[in-house]
Amino acid sequence: MYEVVVGINIGIFILLALSLNIITGYAGQPSLGHAAFFGIGAYTAAIMTAKLGYNFWLTLPCSAVTAGLIGALLGLVSLRVRNDFLAITTIGINFVTVAIFQYTPYFGASFGLGVERPQLFGQEMGNMHFLVLIVALIVLLCLFCRRIEKSWLGLALGGIRNNEEAAASIGINVNMFKIIAFTIGTALAGLTGAIYAHHMTFIYSSDFAFVTSISILSMIVIGGMGTIRGTVTGAIILGIIPELFRFMSDYRMLLYGGLLVLMMRFQPEGLLGDNSFLWRQFKGLYSRYRLRQGLESGKGGAASDG
Amino acid sequence: MIVQQLLNGLVIGSVYALTAMGATLVYGILRILDLANAGAYAIGAYAGLFLYLSTGNILLSFAGAIALTGFFGFVVQRYLYIPVLDRPPIVPLIASIGLFIFIQDLLRLVAGPRIREFQASLPFGAIKTETLTINPTWILIIVLTAALLAFLWYLLAYTKIGLAWRATAQDLEIAKAMGVNINQVVAYNFLLGYAFAATAGIMVGMLYNSVFPTMGDVPAYKMLALIVLGGLGNPVGTVAAAVMIGLIETLIAGYIGFFLPRDAIAFVALIIILLIKPEGLMSRKA
Repeated sequence: MYEVVVGINIGIFILLALSLNIITGYAGQPSLGHAAFFGIGAYTAAIMTAKLGYNFWLTLPCSAVTAGLIGALLGLVSLRVRNDFLAITTIGINFVTVAIFQYTPYFGASFGLGVERPQLFGQEMGNMHFLVLIVALIVLLCLFCRRIEKSWLGLALGGIRNNEEAAASIGINVNMFKIIAFTIGTALAGLTGAIYAHHMTFIYSSDFAFVTSISILSMIVIGGMGTIRGTVTGAIILGIIPELFRFMSDYRMLLYGGLLVLMMRFQPEGLLGDNSFLWRQFKGLYSRYRLRQGLESGKGGAASDG
Repeated sequence: MIVQQLLNGLVIGSVYALTAMGATLVYGILRILDLANAGAYAIGAYAGLFLYLSTGNILLSFAGAIALTGFFGFVVQRYLYIPVLDRPPIVPLIASIGLFIFIQDLLRLVAGPRIREFQASLPFGAIKTETLTINPTWILIIVLTAALLAFLWYLLAYTKIGLAWRATAQDLEIAKAMGVNINQVVAYNFLLGYAFAATAGIMVGMLYNSVFPTMGDVPAYKMLALIVLGGLGNPVGTVAAAVMIGLIETLIAGYIGFFLPRDAIAFVALIIILLIKPEGLMSRKA
């Protein structure tokens, strides 16, 4: 079932991209170390089931909480260092986290950690089960993000993204909302990590290296930061490109790098971002369509010819 | 033994200083963290290696690699960074990461993924005393770094273009209003910064006798750490921070031992220092 596995991989990327979008897209805090939290979740889950014998379903909330707590610490850091330097700090955190996984014998060091496939109703969970679980989570997460966008939280985060000082001056508790964004985003990455570990049944520290962080960031940047449609589209595009172009899998990073440069140079809003070329065209078409419909219903169809 | 270790640290610190200098200068005037500078480091190493293999002349290989990489720096600033200057800082940062990845992969595809040896014979021999040996590559690194940094210091302190650079670093808008040709300053800056990176790349290739596509990885992130430690775009601070990190790393790895690999030390130090003093260790603004 090749398609199912591809679907799962893309689904995991969508989850990760959506979780990073909360931090970088909504709150505007650059994070180049998101894979570290993905890894923290994966290692938490792997240790819980493989070493301590807990149930898979219990690892999901536990991984989320562990990653979220460490993410909240990063949120605290983000109060002291900003913009570029926050980005560097997150790179550093990614490197140090991977180094800890790689050099601590308890975490399997460079041999990685093996995990068994979890049971569901007395039966081993197959790829199809994982796909259903992931798709369900994606739908839930999209609804959740939609809810954030419409809520006071989303507005506050937008304020911080656009102008931190201005947001603070109108009484938004900038510190609290930043920490909330980091906690939610990293907790979701941790949850995804738990699923990833049990789907792959084997994890290495290198799975969560800086390159993975860059891939996740590329997805939201290319798709359109700060929007659900853009984030999901970006994750699907970058997830599916290597599968469609298997023959050029050797050029994957070249393509990623080149795409990032070109997008930043010519379309920093992303493909489907709020002010991007494609989205403007689409909105233009849509409003023209609405106008035409209005005219048609208003004049009883008389204006439709011509 | 301790002298040997200190010297080793000094050599590594020199290389760091040279690598980080280009990015420091860029950060100083444009406030862009230029990760692609580490790509220039790898390009320089490859160019130097191939020129050396084809001509056998180390001087020619240095000159050729510096010219090529400097030109590359000119192209990068003109067609990538200058057009996105008025965007939020994350845009040029991501662009530079993209460019860095692109360069690394291009090198891998063109030159192959394997590690290539860089055995250059230098026109002078090792200095030997009873207790320590300074091999020729070390001498080259220390002397060349000192010479280049002295040249840079002269340029910044006593020439017109240096004055323009300092003015731009203080305030880009006001410098522009006063008639400083910003585009020229930026162009010189990238030419020089990428040339420095190329020099560092060749010397590291010779030092470890290996040139490979991802050789820019560690310098890239360490370079960022050094910019921060050195006080954000302050050239003198960066040199001090580079030598300090080179020594600390060597001494910790040589005597105390650390549970994490050598390259993680700089990051741990970076994170701690950023938390205590977010404006950098040696910032101009206290």
